[in-house]
Amino acid sequence: MDTTPSLAVTGSRQPSALRRNGDMIFFAIMIVGLIVAPFFTYPLFLMQAMCFALFACAFNLLIGYVGLLSFGHALYFGWASYVCAYAAKGWGLTPELAILLGTLTAAVLGLVAGSLAIRRQGIYFAMITLALAQMMYFVALRAKFTGGEDGIQAVPRGYLFGLIDLRNTTAMYIVVLVIFLAGFFLIYRIIHSPFGEVLKAIRENEPRAISLGYRTERYKLIAFVLSASLAGLAGSTKAITLQIASLTDVNWPMSGEVVLMTLVGGLGTIFGPVVGAFVILFMQFKLSVVGEWVLVIQGVIFVTCVLLFRRGIVGEIAALFKR
Amino acid sequence: MLMDAELILVTEGLTKEFAGFAAVGGVDLRVRRGTIHALIGPNGAGKTTCFNLLTKFLQPTSGRIVFKGEDITDKEPADVARLGLVRSFQISAVFPHMTVLENVRIALQRLKRGSSLDFWRSKSVLDEYNERSLELIADVGLSDYVHWNAVELPYGRKRALEIATTLALEPEMLLLDEPTAGMGHEDIARIADLIRRVAANRTVLMVEHNLSVVADLSDTITVLTRGRVLAEGDYATVSNNADVREAYMGTGHA
Ligand SMILES: Nc1ncnc2c1ncn2[C@@H]1O[C@H](COP(=O)(O)OP(=O)(O)OP(=O)(O)O)[C@@H](O)[C@H]1O
Ligand SMILES: [Mg+2]
Repeated sequence: MDTTPSLAVTGSRQPSALRRNGDMIFFAIMIVGLIVAPFFTYPLFLMQAMCFALFACAFNLLIGYVGLLSFGHALYFGWASYVCAYAAKGWGLTPELAILLGTLTAAVLGLVAGSLAIRRQGIYFAMITLALAQMMYFVALRAKFTGGEDGIQAVPRGYLFGLIDLRNTTAMYIVVLVIFLAGFFLIYRIIHSPFGEVLKAIRENEPRAISLGYRTERYKLIAFVLSASLAGLAGSTKAITLQIASLTDVNWPMSGEVVLMTLVGGLGTIFGPVVGAFVILFMQFKLSVVGEWVLVIQGVIFVTCVLLFRRGIVGEIAALFKR
Repeated sequence: MLMDAELILVTEGLTKEFAGFAAVGGVDLRVRRGTIHALIGPNGAGKTTCFNLLTKFLQPTSGRIVFKGEDITDKEPADVARLGLVRSFQISAVFPHMTVLENVRIALQRLKRGSSLDFWRSKSVLDEYNERSLELIADVGLSDYVHWNAVELPYGRKRALEIATTLALEPEMLLLDEPTAGMGHEDIARIADLIRRVAANRTVLMVEHNLSVVADLSDTITVLTRGRVLAEGDYATVSNNADVREAYMGTGHA
């Protein structure tokens, strides 16, 4: 009891400092990897994977760091994608404005859906997010501007700031890389902010957080809106990159896919969703020859993860290092 | 009566019914500022329900709650905590996968910053609370566990951590739900001592089954059975009350 307290925290073996160093190494590897990767494989595949990686990271912010399972994240991804595609094609907006508009759309949808869902817990929360997403799927199916079954095709990539031609693959790749990294670092910052500390407390024990005087619903709602916005950023970027917005992006299997990616990579780990997104997309890409069977294989992976590798790829590796 | 500055917490006809069954039925509590007030009674008497009502984790079916002269009957639980009425839980309530330091610091963070909606800032701004956190941790004898995750602590230490976290808020009034439950002798003595020390400049309302702790610490005791107040007074008064002896202490005091 009569220890000199301050020594205990300033000591070099502070666990959070160790973790931060580990994160930095992974960051470096990831960035270098993404810079050299286009020399070895299809840039279009990598760009698509980065969009989905950002989507999964956004989803993980909710499930992994607040403990909220949204089963309707396709809503934000898909609707942002539509609005962005329409803004670029129908209104001829520059890509950065179109992406911004898509992201804002997702933020507003997130605010509405979040306000309705946030008061419920567990399965009820998941059901409300799913129900709202399905409602908006039908709107997308019926609305004129979405192009119904055809979606919005041949979206022009346009000129970034009216200057840089994004039909150039290198330019497009750099834009997607920058957006992905910006989103990724924003999430990292959110998690490691004073706000993020409160989120962690809410995930760990919400009644206790309330009893300490935190108005937890506000924190959850803000986290929800941030997550929806980042999912929207991913969806918008995808629309510009792949030049298409379609029903696939807004339908419930997309909501399921992002759960799968996050789970396979490692729920509640910073890098897990990135790894998960790349693994799942790579698999779909390689296995496209077997057609529908890819769904069965995904199902098997999902079950295997839940039963054997609860922590996901990144989570299991991190656990190995801790030993 | 409600204006009495001596009284920090007053309830009038506090009632909570679950499907017609009154878990708490018309309780009038009067807690004097600066005292240790014990709430005792057999299992299922409604003590925890009372705490849930006072801290607004449950909405009363009827009745009024007045804290520091302010009617808090319709307040949100987080706002009650902000007014300085802070509770602990019967089942130890820590943040399991946060370290001891982080557990205490999250409370200090609330006290010092109010809300923390700044998601764009690095959490290193919270480091300025480390020193005070470590003092609080030392106060409850947890200095050797600063970087342990709360989940790894033995039960008694978890309770100690919970109290340190609660104290970090510097609440005017503390509600402790069975602070010594499940503890060994040494831990009980330590916690009892701690409660006595923290009560020096605040009010404590506690639910406690350990009667020697109650006898030792409390200025006033309220006995609850089946949701109603059976007796009230100091330990001597209450333990000599015939109803209490029959209903609560029963054969043990024959
Ligand atoms: N949410 C609830 N729904 C229905 N009944 C409840 C609820 N909470 C408590 N009760 C009932 O109310 C009564 C009082 O419970 P309470 O937990 O307040 O007792 P207690 O005095 O704290 O008991 P213990 O000493 O065992 O902790 C019990 O009969 C209990 O079953
Ligand atoms: Mg109880």
